[in-house]
Amino acid sequence: MTNVSIIGIGCTAVNEHWDTSIRHLAWYAIEAALDDADISKVDALYVGNMLAGQLSQQNHLGALVADFAGLRGIEAVTVEAADASGGVALRQAVLAVQSGLVETALVVGVEKMTDQTGSPITAALATGLDADYEAMHGLTAAGAGALLMRRYMHEYGVSVSDFAGFSVNAHANGADNPLAMFRNRLKAEAFAKASPIATPVSLFDAAPAGDGAAAVIVVNSEKAMDMSPQPIRILGSALATDTLALHDRKNPLWLGAAERSAQKAMAMAGVTPDDVDLFELHDAFTVLAALSLEAAGFAAPGAGWQLARDGQIGRDGRIPISTFGGLKARGNPGGATGVYQIVEVARQLRGQAEACQVPDAKIGMVQNLGGAGATAVTHILGV
Amino acid sequence: MEVSRHWRLQEQRYKLVGETCDNCGVKLFPPRDVCLECAAPAKELYTFTGLGEVYSYTTIYDAPAGFEQQAPYSVALVKLEEGPIVTAQLTDMDEDEMYIGMPVEMVTRKLRTDGDEGMIVYGYKFRPVQFEMAVK
Amino acid sequence: MTDFNKLMKPDRPVGIVGYGAYVPRFRIPAKEISQMWTNGVGGVPIQEKAVNGLDEDVATMSVEAARNALLRGQVDPQDIRAVWVGSESHPYAVKPTSTIVAEAIGAVPNTLAADWEFACKAGTEAMQAGIGFVGSGMARYALTIGMDTAQGRPGDALEYTAAAGGAAILLGPADEAVAIINASYSFVTDTPDFWRRAHAEYPSHGDRFTGEPAYFKHILGAAEALMSEMGTTAADYDWAVFHQPNAKFPERVGKQLGFSMEQIKPGLLSPRIGNTYSGSSMIGLTAILDVAEPGDRILMVSYGSGSGSDAFDLTVTDKLPEVRANAPTTEAYIARRKEINYATYTRYRDKLKMS
Repeated sequence: MTNVSIIGIGCTAVNEHWDTSIRHLAWYAIEAALDDADISKVDALYVGNMLAGQLSQQNHLGALVADFAGLRGIEAVTVEAADASGGVALRQAVLAVQSGLVETALVVGVEKMTDQTGSPITAALATGLDADYEAMHGLTAAGAGALLMRRYMHEYGVSVSDFAGFSVNAHANGADNPLAMFRNRLKAEAFAKASPIATPVSLFDAAPAGDGAAAVIVVNSEKAMDMSPQPIRILGSALATDTLALHDRKNPLWLGAAERSAQKAMAMAGVTPDDVDLFELHDAFTVLAALSLEAAGFAAPGAGWQLARDGQIGRDGRIPISTFGGLKARGNPGGATGVYQIVEVARQLRGQAEACQVPDAKIGMVQNLGGAGATAVTHILGV
Repeated sequence: MEVSRHWRLQEQRYKLVGETCDNCGVKLFPPRDVCLECAAPAKELYTFTGLGEVYSYTTIYDAPAGFEQQAPYSVALVKLEEGPIVTAQLTDMDEDEMYIGMPVEMVTRKLRTDGDEGMIVYGYKFRPVQFEMAVK
Repeated sequence: MTDFNKLMKPDRPVGIVGYGAYVPRFRIPAKEISQMWTNGVGGVPIQEKAVNGLDEDVATMSVEAARNALLRGQVDPQDIRAVWVGSESHPYAVKPTSTIVAEAIGAVPNTLAADWEFACKAGTEAMQAGIGFVGSGMARYALTIGMDTAQGRPGDALEYTAAAGGAAILLGPADEAVAIINASYSFVTDTPDFWRRAHAEYPSHGDRFTGEPAYFKHILGAAEALMSEMGTTAADYDWAVFHQPNAKFPERVGKQLGFSMEQIKPGLLSPRIGNTYSGSSMIGLTAILDVAEPGDRILMVSYGSGSGSDAFDLTVTDKLPEVRANAPTTEAYIARRKEINYATYTRYRDKLKMS
């Protein structure tokens, strides 16, 4: 167990925020988190971001955001691990607070996709892959998901429609989340007929890229008891990596980093999959949802998809996932996604999830993946 | 486009030159100097035959910048007969002809072009083994 | 010592030690083109032509033909002292195609790489020079390639025939050869029947002027001079191949030289693949080598606008049947066929105005 707790959370809606710059997005989330924690100063800022250098020609977000958020002068740094950047930023804050070197740490995940549109975004998202040996051959993030999905279908004898349950569940939950990018419900029949992005991954399979920012504030757990009426404890925290390129993995259908980080985090928290009340996983593509459930121990290899088929991933199911819509319906704001997941699980554990509430949620697990699972960071939260 | 970045990979891209691990004998592509299996130094060059089979594949409709003119195009994981899997485009075939397990062979094609005036990057793609005498 | 007559004949005998063809898989029927421009009314010069795919150009096509030539030649690429690519569609205006090919086949760095250009005879011109290179002893092997992704202006007569394909001919010592080059000859005048100005997208031509004073005069001039010096007639050859801009011209020039349809048929590929410009006569030669028997004699005459012809007199050796099956035959490439319509053709040939 760590001795770190969350005392403040905040986020913007995920959307196409045409009139909002990256610094404003970050500020809106930080402002909400500071208000939530009822503090005005922090000691260190960790910014999770993947694409600002490419899409907004803006690196050096640590200093920029600290200054813009009225925190000029504090320790501030950007953390990048593709779309795991947000979760990894929290991991850095946990390490800092646990060590005692930092008292109050602020984490903000922020992504501004819509400074560009279309193929430059697709190219930017592909920088999470191996540039020389994957992206140069035209592979995209969705393409990598598609290679996994096709192989999964081949090895386990499942069809495209068998993945529909993941998107249907995500959209059903997203419909109840006012901050979600997509609030429409999805019909299972429509899933297999959707326009292809990278076959067999379709528009209804892939999470949409959007703008957004989410922030959390963490402090030492004892201090948190004094500062917050409802501190959320970080029971477990672990990060693991795998080969960057899919082709270098012995079994591409096994997310080794996801497994290692989940096991380590659960061991640290002293919990097993049976104890977990909800699991915010990285459903950038439905196949990643299935593979994450398998890697984390909620399903046997090749059986992850069955949890969706059998209705086990709904808010009242055996293991609720994507409870605010997940990446698929809430939206996937790249490097901010991992912090959204934390904010959402904190709301569940506080009992503030409103229409999205999972009944009696006590232990929540969050797993944020970078690229095709080359980085996996897992956090276990509890009250 | 970054000229030197592509130029320095020519041996691999034109000829599938990878490496062999002295210690455990595993063949490596792409070359990585440290064995993927046993972590021993692996620097001895090895030229792959270019024969393999499709491990998985996708046809990309939402193309990244620089590939728009090629879309839709197909990218595969190809398992080389020596063991390693390589990511590469499939060419000389339509999507409905592709299947997992399809025997393929390496060909040298244009990977991408940097606009009308920039450099042309050539490299490996794979196509179905289609002649009786497989090009070795 | 060589007698300095009209013939070209090196001091040391030279032959073809390996050969390889390449034809891309796409075909557009000439009828599909005439449908576009003449409502399909009127005759067409060929049945269909070969079209390169989006990821193919003269460099990639040359690499595959060269690899096929090496499969048959079985020589160490490091012993190749010249890699010469003749084309009028080099991918770069400035930067050699030949270095790409040399690198891809493993012939670098001890080699002379160069690109050649002489309309449709750039490849055979490289062959002539290669014979000299090997024949002088400067090189053991010289790889010569004629390859094009030919240009034809939309709606122009050339659009029906301008095609993609070609061949690689690996030259070396006669005692290793699948076909010995008995002698060769070149015939050149300044005849502006067809040209492409710098930076122009498509070639221009003299229409009917490309016939008698150009194609026929030069092919006949080259063939007659070579045969006269060699003391041969058409009956002494088993096979003949002439530059093939369409189906009619090579048939007619063959007839004028006394060749029968049977002698030119295996090498006459233009009805089925079109005019592959620099590759045209050379790929015809590869198709003949795919069927010829030891002892067979072959006449090859190219034609390049501007204008000139290179003529070659060859005799097949016992080695040909041994190596023939080491690489795909030219007919196998022709049989590999996917028909495309005019719309797809305009995309593959980069004819759509995008900006």
